[in-house]
Amino acid sequence: MSENHPKHAAGEHGRPDHKDPHHPSPAEEETAAVVSVDTAGGAMEPSAVPATAQSGQLPGGPDTLLRRIFTGSGMVSVLAVLLALIIGGLLIASTDKQVATTATYFFARPTDFLSAVWTAATRSYIALFQGSVFNPRGNSVAAQFAPFMETLTIATPLITAGLGVALAFRAGLFNIGAQGQIIVAGILAAWVGFALNLPLGLHLLLVLVAGIIGGALWGGLVGVLKARTGAHEVILTIMFNYIALYFLRYLLNTPAFQRPGESNPISPILDATAVYPQIFGSQYRLHLGFILAIGATVLVWWLLNRSTLGFEFRAVGANPKAAQTAGINVSRSTILVMAIAGGLAGMSGVAQVAGTEKVLTDGVAATYGFDAITVALLGRSTPWGTFAAGLLFGAFRAGAVQMQIQTGTPIDIVLVVQSLIVLFIAAPPLVRAVFGLNPRRKKPARAAKSRQAATTGGAA
Amino acid sequence: MVRVLKLELRGITKRFGTLLANDHIDVVVEPGQIHCLLGENGAGKSTLMNVLYGLYEPSEGDILIDDKPVSFRGPGDAMAAGIGMVHQHFMLVPVFTVAENVALGAEPTKAAGFLNLDETRRRIKEISDQYGFDVDPDALVEDLPVGVQQRVEIIKALVRNAKVLILDEPTAVLTPQETDELLDIMRQLKSGGTSIVFISHKLREVKEVSDTITVIRRGKVVGSAEPSAPTTDLASMMVGRAVNLTLDKAPAKPQEKTFEVRDLTVIAPNGQHVVDGLSFDIARGEILAIAGVQGNGQTELTEAILGLQERVSGSVQLDGKELLGRSVKEVLQAGVGFVPEDRKVDGLVGTFSVAENLVLDLYDKPPFAKGISMSPAKVLENAKARIGEFDVRTPSAAAAAGTLSGGNQQKVVMARELSRPLRLFIASQPTRGVDVGSIEFLHRRIVSERDQGTPVMIISTELDEVMELADRIAVLYKGRLVGVVPAGTSRDTLGLMMAGIPPEEHAHTSQAGPATATTTASTPDAEGDDYV
Repeated sequence: MSENHPKHAAGEHGRPDHKDPHHPSPAEEETAAVVSVDTAGGAMEPSAVPATAQSGQLPGGPDTLLRRIFTGSGMVSVLAVLLALIIGGLLIASTDKQVATTATYFFARPTDFLSAVWTAATRSYIALFQGSVFNPRGNSVAAQFAPFMETLTIATPLITAGLGVALAFRAGLFNIGAQGQIIVAGILAAWVGFALNLPLGLHLLLVLVAGIIGGALWGGLVGVLKARTGAHEVILTIMFNYIALYFLRYLLNTPAFQRPGESNPISPILDATAVYPQIFGSQYRLHLGFILAIGATVLVWWLLNRSTLGFEFRAVGANPKAAQTAGINVSRSTILVMAIAGGLAGMSGVAQVAGTEKVLTDGVAATYGFDAITVALLGRSTPWGTFAAGLLFGAFRAGAVQMQIQTGTPIDIVLVVQSLIVLFIAAPPLVRAVFGLNPRRKKPARAAKSRQAATTGGAA
Repeated sequence: MVRVLKLELRGITKRFGTLLANDHIDVVVEPGQIHCLLGENGAGKSTLMNVLYGLYEPSEGDILIDDKPVSFRGPGDAMAAGIGMVHQHFMLVPVFTVAENVALGAEPTKAAGFLNLDETRRRIKEISDQYGFDVDPDALVEDLPVGVQQRVEIIKALVRNAKVLILDEPTAVLTPQETDELLDIMRQLKSGGTSIVFISHKLREVKEVSDTITVIRRGKVVGSAEPSAPTTDLASMMVGRAVNLTLDKAPAKPQEKTFEVRDLTVIAPNGQHVVDGLSFDIARGEILAIAGVQGNGQTELTEAILGLQERVSGSVQLDGKELLGRSVKEVLQAGVGFVPEDRKVDGLVGTFSVAENLVLDLYDKPPFAKGISMSPAKVLENAKARIGEFDVRTPSAAAAAGTLSGGNQQKVVMARELSRPLRLFIASQPTRGVDVGSIEFLHRRIVSERDQGTPVMIISTELDEVMELADRIAVLYKGRLVGVVPAGTSRDTLGLMMAGIPPEEHAHTSQAGPATATTTASTPDAEGDDYV
């Protein structure tokens, strides 16, 4: 700290007898000084940039880039959505007839062209909004809010599966397997739903439990394989997705699952006692699953931030070696987190079969399992971020139909916007550059590294 | 033929965001000089050299060669201008031969793009003979000792006609003997007309070899000094305050031996016996220091004790209970406190807060947890107490541990491990990369743990630290125990032991200091002479 010991000060303090190396007292003193000064600087972790050798930078899991992308700042998420919507708007405009017409005389009257672009984009987005949040043309309050209820309905499986992906990621695992976990959960839940005859309440509870267990088993199995054999969870979960899908297709052609008298691969309808009650009556599809999704979000938050298990998960995710050295059982943590993640995805499966579909088909998971990855990504792997991202994607899905009906803008544009969001989230410097938020620096990656180097070494 | 080159850094400033890593640094390296940059870890030496080597662009300031400003856009430009750098961590391909490594990046080719290594071989021979390097161009780099690998790095720079050679902490990985050899090489290079920028924080070496010393502290040049300046003065310039760090260490009062290691063998995945039949014991109230050059089984030894190694045989007993075969958690619960050698990898979770790191191995015990529910209030309370007790300089208990300085990170690890009742304390490289101010503190804590009657095991590759702390010194070489000697054994003897020569053979190998182990034991004055 003290800057008042410049060179001369040190010189003045040196006593004259210091020059004599055989004088016992200074020798003793020097020994002490040397010992203390001399101790640092052994070889550390090799690194491409030598400055980082002295840094306090802590290594994360094996996929540090992935980690950064998944847990970066929420600001980038918001900006990425904004940017994707702008580009999406331009794409919408490019398919618009009016825009094409005005483009032919662009140089004569450019304002026509620009206003046509603006009109095309805003018209579509207004339709998207009306289809997903609030429709002012509805002839009753209930009809006006119908789109929002639809958004929540579609968001439900996205949220729970997204939480599964997010939780696994916080523990350092890239869970691509939500799709398979939803399917297996759907199989078990549906079977309990249509094959058993149980009283109201108990039946639904059993459906829910069966679904969660199904997902947990399918996810947990991946955890076991990874922990025992070291197989990579990305490969495992992708393969498990296929296994689950083809197993489902097989089952739907067996007497146990196929609806009697039906040649299509479709299961019997679930018993009335086995389905989620609709929260606001039969006019909306919104079902109990959404309340459970809120509950799951709270639970995951608590698990991550307030429980010893979550502490272990996060420690293993951020630095498995340190976690292991601190006595945390990394294998156990891997298995547990995959099981819980699977269980969460399983809730999505239950929401599908007991909430919206009420039957089991091979499309039970739709693309929810894969969209969940995007949702977790957009939500920065935090519980409430994932919840919000799930709502946003639910709104996109719900509104897209209305958008196509009203303006003729193809539904696919929503997929493009979703993909653009992922793209931008994966490239934070690009987003920051577009919005002029990049610190003026030439080599951001390297500079960030050595900034830590200097920070950590500097304070005496 | 020798083009002598004058190098000047004028007003070099390097900012990373708001952080000022180099603040208007002026350094002039005169031709044919050994110019030392002296400074603590993190003072900004490496940043400065990376600017000079073209790895960073300076925010302000100029680099002048022979009084003409130059600008480097990458290491290639720097090399072309006659600047060579030997990094602290060698940039060599282990499975390549010396010649291949030297050629790498500027491979001479024959017609049709075939490699022509003969020319490289000839140059290596030439340089090797000129400076007495004794390097075989056709040896595989992975087979060479560290000291020779370093020479390969130097040759690499010389083959590219480096006139200024930057050596970044070159002695960190060397034995004392190898260090002396390197210092000789540096003198020869100097007499051959090569200027050297020598980066170090080790005063003994700096004083021995430098022509000029520039001291850097917190990114600024705080002064220059002659190598003849007293060590304490250099140290206080470097640290920024008067350094008077005699460790008040009462003689050990060893009690009963509670920690026993018998025939401990650890087999690496490649089948090598990395720890080979080790037996030793530590008494309560005693510090046993394990000395040795890095990579001689120290890491595996501590990992085996902690339960992190898989193929382990022998016996490790604490208080009469076997530790081998137990999980890490059980070993920690048996009262083992462990400070790992690389705190960034094994000791801390960088993205976790200081408070969380302070309970990293206690999070599931009361009072921090009831069942599986953790109490953030208790974790915070504990953090506040430890931060105060260990004087951890952190903005808050919630700050990410990765943002602290090395010394403060180490204090966090140490605070955590010493915050529960211990039956054995193991600290590996307890002060590596730690600022001088913290070293003193950490050493005192270790000694006070000893004085409370805990057996203490210190693993350090720094001989000075070993000599400072140890009550007894065990030297490891290639996984075997070369010997256990009393504290106060001379530096020379220990140095030879670190090279694998047992103490009883020293009489034949060195006439200079026979039996120093016994005669000079526990006389600090005599010991001190080793440094001056």
